Amino acid sequence: MADFLPYIVAKYNYWAALVLLLIGLYGMIAKNNLLKKVIAMSIFQSAIILFYVSMGDKKGSTIPILLHGHGEHGALAIDPSQYANPLPHVLMLTAIVVGVSTLGVALAVLQKIHRVHGTIEEDEILESIEE
Amino acid sequence: MNWDASLLWQFDVLIITMVILCAVAALTVRDLVSCAIIGGAYSFLMCLLWTEMLAVDVAFTEAAVGAGVSTVLLLGTALHIKRKSKD
Repeated sequence: MADFLPYIVAKYNYWAALVLLLIGLYGMIAKNNLLKKVIAMSIFQSAIILFYVSMGDKKGSTIPILLHGHGEHGALAIDPSQYANPLPHVLMLTAIVVGVSTLGVALAVLQKIHRVHGTIEEDEILESIEE
Repeated sequence: MNWDASLLWQFDVLIITMVILCAVAALTVRDLVSCAIIGGAYSFLMCLLWTEMLAVDVAFTEAAVGAGVSTVLLLGTALHIKRKSKD
């Protein structure tokens, strides 16, 4: 246990991503209100984004903008270990924008459901369909 | 010029704790408008976390799109439909 503990503490970002992932999954499955399901979906998405951005972080590095990139000998001696990995950042930038458009479509469908059934509680919608 | 951003792990732990609290609160609060506002706070804390993790481009996209636009969308929907949630 004592030598297992440092692994948990050192990787706390991944544990946070895991906890948020499970919170989002729980909300999508167990919540009765459709708006809460949509919010849980966006929590789930940002947990995945957190996981990917965590992979790009390095100890002792700085933001991925080239230092001393100007002048005569600029950009010749780049040490990649000084910068955080920008590839996961770029991928997750796309994921954020896609996530917002998913949210917009989901909320539009939700308002349409509310207009037809008069409620966004899942059990009441099921009752309204049965009738 | 080299600074060690990972020295700020205390901020990381603080922000992660607040993010998880916001996520739990957004799913447990019964009023849907407060649910949307807590979702906005969650997005803003996520933005702070990504600045901590050296992803500044992701951070400002999240601040504009996540904390801005999606909060407005959620708030507009929550105001249009019945405000109270059963769970």
